[in-house]
Parts: sequence; structure tokens; C-alpha cells
Amino acid sequence: MNAALAPPPSAPTPSETPTHYLNASYGFRSWLLTLDHKRIALLYLASITLFFFIGGFYAVLVRLELVTPAGDLMSAENYNTAFTLHGVVMIFFFLIPSIPAVLGNFLIPIMIGARDLAFPKLNLLSWYIYMVGGMVAAYALFTGGVDTGWTLYAPYSSTYSNSNVTATAIAAFITGFSSILTGLNFVVTIHKMRAPGLTWFRLPLFVWAHYATSVIQVLGTPVLAITLVLLILERSFGFGFFDPARGGDPVLFQHLFWFYSHPAVYIMILPSMGVISELVTCFSRKKVFGYGFIAMSSVAIAVLGFLVWGHHMFVSGQSVYAGMVFSILSFMVGIPSAIKVFNWTATMYKGSISYSTPMIYAFGFIGLFTIGGLTGLFLANLGLDIHLHDTYFVVAHFHYIMVGGAVMGYLGGIHYWWPKMTGRLYPEGWARFSALVLFVGFNLTFFPQFLLGYMGMPRRYHAYPEEFQVLNVMSSAGASILGVGYLIPMIYLFWSMRYGRLAPENPWGAKGLEWTTPSPPTTFNFDETPVVTEEAYEYVKEEKH
Amino acid sequence: MSGHVTSKKIYFAVFGALMILTAITVGVATLDLGQLNTVVALAVAGCKATVVIWYFMEVRHARPLTKLTVVGGILWLVIMLILLFTDYISRDWMAGPQAW
Amino acid sequence: MSDHSSHGSGLAHQFDDLDQQLDATTLGMWLFLAQEIMFFGGLFAAYTIYRNWHPEAFAEASHHLDIKLGGFNTVVLIFSSLTMALGVRAAQMGKNKAVFNYLFATFMLGNVFLVVKAFEYHHKWVEGLIPGPWFRFEGSTDPAVQMFFNLYFAMTGMHALHMIIGGGLLIYFMVQARKNRYHEGYYGPVEIMGLYWHFVDIVWIFLFPLLYLLGLHNS
Repeated sequence: MNAALAPPPSAPTPSETPTHYLNASYGFRSWLLTLDHKRIALLYLASITLFFFIGGFYAVLVRLELVTPAGDLMSAENYNTAFTLHGVVMIFFFLIPSIPAVLGNFLIPIMIGARDLAFPKLNLLSWYIYMVGGMVAAYALFTGGVDTGWTLYAPYSSTYSNSNVTATAIAAFITGFSSILTGLNFVVTIHKMRAPGLTWFRLPLFVWAHYATSVIQVLGTPVLAITLVLLILERSFGFGFFDPARGGDPVLFQHLFWFYSHPAVYIMILPSMGVISELVTCFSRKKVFGYGFIAMSSVAIAVLGFLVWGHHMFVSGQSVYAGMVFSILSFMVGIPSAIKVFNWTATMYKGSISYSTPMIYAFGFIGLFTIGGLTGLFLANLGLDIHLHDTYFVVAHFHYIMVGGAVMGYLGGIHYWWPKMTGRLYPEGWARFSALVLFVGFNLTFFPQFLLGYMGMPRRYHAYPEEFQVLNVMSSAGASILGVGYLIPMIYLFWSMRYGRLAPENPWGAKGLEWTTPSPPTTFNFDETPVVTEEAYEYVKEEKH
Repeated sequence: MSGHVTSKKIYFAVFGALMILTAITVGVATLDLGQLNTVVALAVAGCKATVVIWYFMEVRHARPLTKLTVVGGILWLVIMLILLFTDYISRDWMAGPQAW
Repeated sequence: MSDHSSHGSGLAHQFDDLDQQLDATTLGMWLFLAQEIMFFGGLFAAYTIYRNWHPEAFAEASHHLDIKLGGFNTVVLIFSSLTMALGVRAAQMGKNKAVFNYLFATFMLGNVFLVVKAFEYHHKWVEGLIPGPWFRFEGSTDPAVQMFFNLYFAMTGMHALHMIIGGGLLIYFMVQARKNRYHEGYYGPVEIMGLYWHFVDIVWIFLFPLLYLLGLHNS
């Protein structure tokens, strides 16, 4: 398995290299005008990686500032801009498109035995919309940034802030449409393009997770869009939708914002859960435990996710009775989430587990997501939330979900399908090492923040009392380890694209239609439409002695 | 192909019905029915929308999945409105000074 | 893009047959409309909440809208839905000339609607009813009257924007009809254009009573 020790690949002569989607055509035009879902996935991969590092840069600034109690590195205003841009870039331009637009785009058509998504032109258009949104965001960023927090709460955003709120709102608005169109494309594809014999309950759980995600993208994102339109009208044209002086209600902004932005958390985590379902079964060499429950829990999370947004607003002036309703509903989301964790664990039970890199990420995900999920229940609690609201406890909680969950799943999936995407294997030794570095760095960064939050350190301040310094230094130290953990895969994955060992069709011995295609696949994925005759994950357990 | 060609007569009849409903909605608005004015206006608008969806948009010949999508879209809007109203209806239930 | 795309007439390479393609595009359009429901839904939610907070101010502000023009536009838009439905019907039967004519009628009716709307907006401008620092309102001193106009302009503005986009799309489909693109097996694009147009009509069906007719009885 260790590719570092493997002999360098014998450079194949052009005549013996089979044609695949990467060498089918060359040049900028063939990429920028491609309708191939696999190439579009790589376009997304490149662009979200860029945004990941932009967002990461601002995280570095935030952690550097917080090494010392005094606000010495940055002014309060600059600090506000740094954490806002970190949030805006990471959420709208990295996490939301990450797994759906890269792995989903690449894999869903192959997993269901189709030649492409239902609407290839729409797919390419989504990427262009995303890039336009990204450029507007870059404009906002280079012309002074924005300091409202990624939540853009009115009336600060609509009236008082002097930063680039309008440009940021336009950027998020535009990018939202990219997300809507991707979701729409996936739903139609999964409904209408499945290969013969591939019934709903034979679909890979990755596809189920993306189906649920897509429903959220289609039904949630437009509400954010109209909210941002109202915000822009209020800020730039003197309208007053959220202005109490003209009969408006700032809390309504929060309602409409969270109607999208809470489900958006599930846009980030559900695809990751889909990845983990694939990884756990493959590397346990066992049929997944409770297929139906995992599939349905994805749908349940998507639906329940729409009913809980008010738990962000317990201290906002929302009625306490509404708070009770939202609190109860929030606790209910724990049920399908727990079902997934239990089923993954049960899948591993008595499986023949191999500790390959993707599986290490899967272990990381399960542990970190469990911590993130359980601390979410603390925050859904009406009484406890009064104490924890807007403290570092919240910051730690959602980083455990979004980084410990979504990003771990994303990296696990990237490693797992890297041979399929590039036709090359990554160096396993380095990959395992960096997965461990990430895990250690992550926990060192964010676990201290739970303690800080519980002790009462509020979020979004550039200075803090001295007694919080030890934990903050730990956190910043962890962040630097985390940064190294992200850089190593960047380097060896790039390296492997050229020098990695050539990947066979099915390097993991995994089940699923994507592993029956060549690595990398041809432009239309399958020479002839496959016919599916078995259930998902029919692993035969290897005889162990 | 499975497309169902509807006769022109039906489309004209639908148009006529929509005109009549428009007249009704304007007529009713001139009467003072108190709270009922809004209810009637929305009911008539709902009828008109249903007629447009059912006949002009040909949902009556559509696949179950399409029907489900229509219902789903409307249902989601209803979910949003209901949960929003849990807040706005109950905000001043608590007597005395607001806790926050 | 590929050599697959040219076989059959109007069949894209990723589909097996025209039936699958029609099914997929129809579902896609309905999902898009579900998205549109939520988009306008945010506005309707804001409207409902604010109107319940300020019923008198809303009723009084509503008197400044011109019911005759609003009613006229309602009839125009419903009529354009009829011509649109007939256009789809013509496409189903492969009568490209009739498709063109019906779409042209729809397009013109849409333009009539927009012109009337522009006159209404202009009138509001002259009266000083545009929200913002220059807002003037004679009568009620309740600042919430401005909220009505916030919503009026946001809702009708978003609706008009959809009309303009729809008009642009209609031009494209008219050109296609001129090229005799449509036949019994391939009319899906006109059908989904129709779905969009009818949806925009439905939004207006709700906007008209909510904005123009409220408070008519005590004027």
C-alpha cells in the first residue's frame, strides 16, 4: 500500500494510454466550456481550495490576535473584519459547495450509472455563477471587507456598519443560485437517470445523503436570497424592512436568515455523512448495518432541519413560547443523527477493519461529530443557552460539526476517490500521518474553546481577560498544527497527480458502480449502461484467521 | 410521447372562470366583512391559483412526482409561515415586563 | 459538445430518449418553481407579519394604489396565461407558426403589463411615495405606512423582474419556433417556459388582492 516505496510509474507512451476524461481533450477551452460533470467537479475543486486558503488566512489572523489578552495585533474593527471574512468565505464559498459540488458532481452520475447529470449546461452555469459570486466576494474583501459577522444581522448591517455589506450580500446572493441549481440538478438526476435495476433502496448512501442535501438547497436557499435582497434594498435604497422606526422588526431578519442558515448546516454535514457511510462499509468489508435507517435518517435530518432555526434566537427577543417549540424540535434532530452514528458503529462491529487513510478520517469524523452533536444539545436547551449563547462554547460546537464533521468527511472522501478522480494513488504513509496531525491539531484548537466558552469568554472580541490566556494559547498552537495538517495533503496530492502510482480500477476492493469504471473514467463514464442486480454494499467478509 | 393535448375549449373556459373569480374578488373587497375580507380574498386567490396550476400548468395530467413537488413547495412555505407565527403570535403572551 | 447530441431531434446526449428528457426537464422546472415559491414566500411572510402589526396603516396606504390599473393588469396577465397555454398546445401539435403567434401575443401582453406598471411606479414617484428619506405621505402620521410601500415595491418589483426575464426567454422561444424546432415529440422547452409564465401569473394573482384591494371597503 505504501506508494512512497513503490517504483516510479513507468511513463506510458501515448499509444498505450487509454483515453479518459482527463486526456480526451486539452486546452483552456476544453476545461472552461466543458459539460463533463467530472471536469466541472475538478473546476470546483480548484476554486474551493483557493477559497479555503483565503478563509484559512483570516483564521490565522484571528488566532494570532487571540494569543495575547490585549487587542494588540489588530484594531477591533480589523478583527471584526477578519472573523467575518473567515466565516463568509468558509461557509458560502467553501463548506456549502465542498462535498456536493466536488465529490457529488463527480460521483453521483457514475454511482447511478448515468452518462452525466441531467442538465450538464446548468451544471457548468452553476460553476460560473459560483465564480462570479466569488469575484464579488473578493471585491468586497479587497475594498475593506465586511465587519458584521457572517450572519449580517440587521440593523447593524442595514444601517450602522460602514463596511462593504452590500457587496458581501450580493456575493452570497449570487453564490446561492449556484447552490440552488446544483441541488436541482442532483434531484432530477437521481430521480430520472438511474441505471436499470438501480432501485431507490439499492442506491449508495452517498446518493441518499446528497438527495436530502439537494432538497435543502432548493427549498432553503431562496429564502436567504430574498432576505439579502431586502437587506440590500434597506441599506442601499433607503427602504426599511427591518427598521423599527418604520414599523419593522429586526428579529424578522434573523428569522428569515436562519430559516436558510440553519438548514445550511445540514447542507454541510449531510454530504459528509454520506461519505462516511461509504468509507465505513468499504473498510469494514461489511454490508452496512441498517441501510434503510441511514437512508431515511438523511431525509429526516433534512426535513427536521427546517423546523429548528429559532434555537439561534433564544435571546433575540423571540417569544419564549416559540423558543420552547424550537427547543423541543431541535432535540429531535438528535435522533436521526444518533441513528447514523450507531449504525456506523454497528457496521464496524465484527468487520475486518483496515486502517487506510479514508477510514482514519471516518474514525475522526465519528468521534468529532459526536462531540459536536452532543454539545449542540446543550445549546438547544433554553436555560443553558442563556449562559452559553455567543460564547466560545458555540464557536467550538459548530467547528466540531463543520470542521471536525464536514471537513474531515470531505478529506476522507477526497482520499477515497482520489484514485478514481486522477488515476493516481496518493502516498499512504504521508496521508495517514497528516490525518493524525489534523486530528490532534483540531482537538487542540477547539477543545479549549469549549472550556473558554463555559467559563464565559464571549465570541467576536479581539481582547479578553488575562485568565483566559492559557487556553487561548493552546488553541492558537493547535491551529498552527491544524494548518500543517492541511498543507501536507495539499502537497502530496498535488505531487501524486504527476508522480503517484497508477491506480487500478478498484484499489480498495470496494463495491459500487464507480469502481467498475476505469480510473480515471472515460468522458461518458460507461461504454454501455450498466444493469444493477445486487443490493448496495454486498461485501463478502474476507475469511480471517 | 405522453403529452396530453387539451382542447381549446377547456382553456377558454378556464380563462372565463378566472375572469369571474377576479370580478368576485374585487366585488367582495368593496363589502365590509371585517376580518373575513382577507380570508375571502385569499380563498379566491387560492382558487385562481389552483385553477391555473391544475389546468394551465397541466398538473392534472402530470406524474405523481410532479404533483408531489407542487405540494412539497407549498407545504414548505406553510411550514415557514407557521413556525414564524409561533413567535409573532405568542410574543406578548407573557404579562408584565419582558424578560429580554 | 459530443457526437451523441445530434441523433434524434432535440435529444441531449445524457438522455436515452425524448420521454426521459421531457420528464427530467419538467421535474427540473417544477423544482425551480418550488424554489420560487420560497423566494416569494419570504416576502409574503414579511407582508403577513407587518400587516398584522399595522392593519390601519396598511389599509390607508393601500388607498394610494390605483385599483383600476391593478385590475387592468390582472386581466392582461391572465389573458397572457391563456395565450401561453395555447402556445404550448400549438407546440404539442408541432404547429410552429401558431407557436410563434401565441408566444408573440404573450410577449406583447407582458409588455403591456410592464408599461402599466411603469406608469404606476412613476405616479408613486411623483407623489413621493418611494420609501426612504424623501418619503411623504399625507394623512396618517403612522410611520408604518411606509412599510406598506416597502413591501409594495419589493413585491411588485421582484414580480416585474420575473416578467422581464420571462419576456427575454419568450424572445428566444419565438426564434426557435421560427426555425421550426418543435414537433409532437419535442415541445418540452415551450412547456417549461409556460410553467414559468403561469407561475409569475399566480404570484400576481396573490399580489393583486393583498396590495390593491385591502381596505377598499372603507375608502
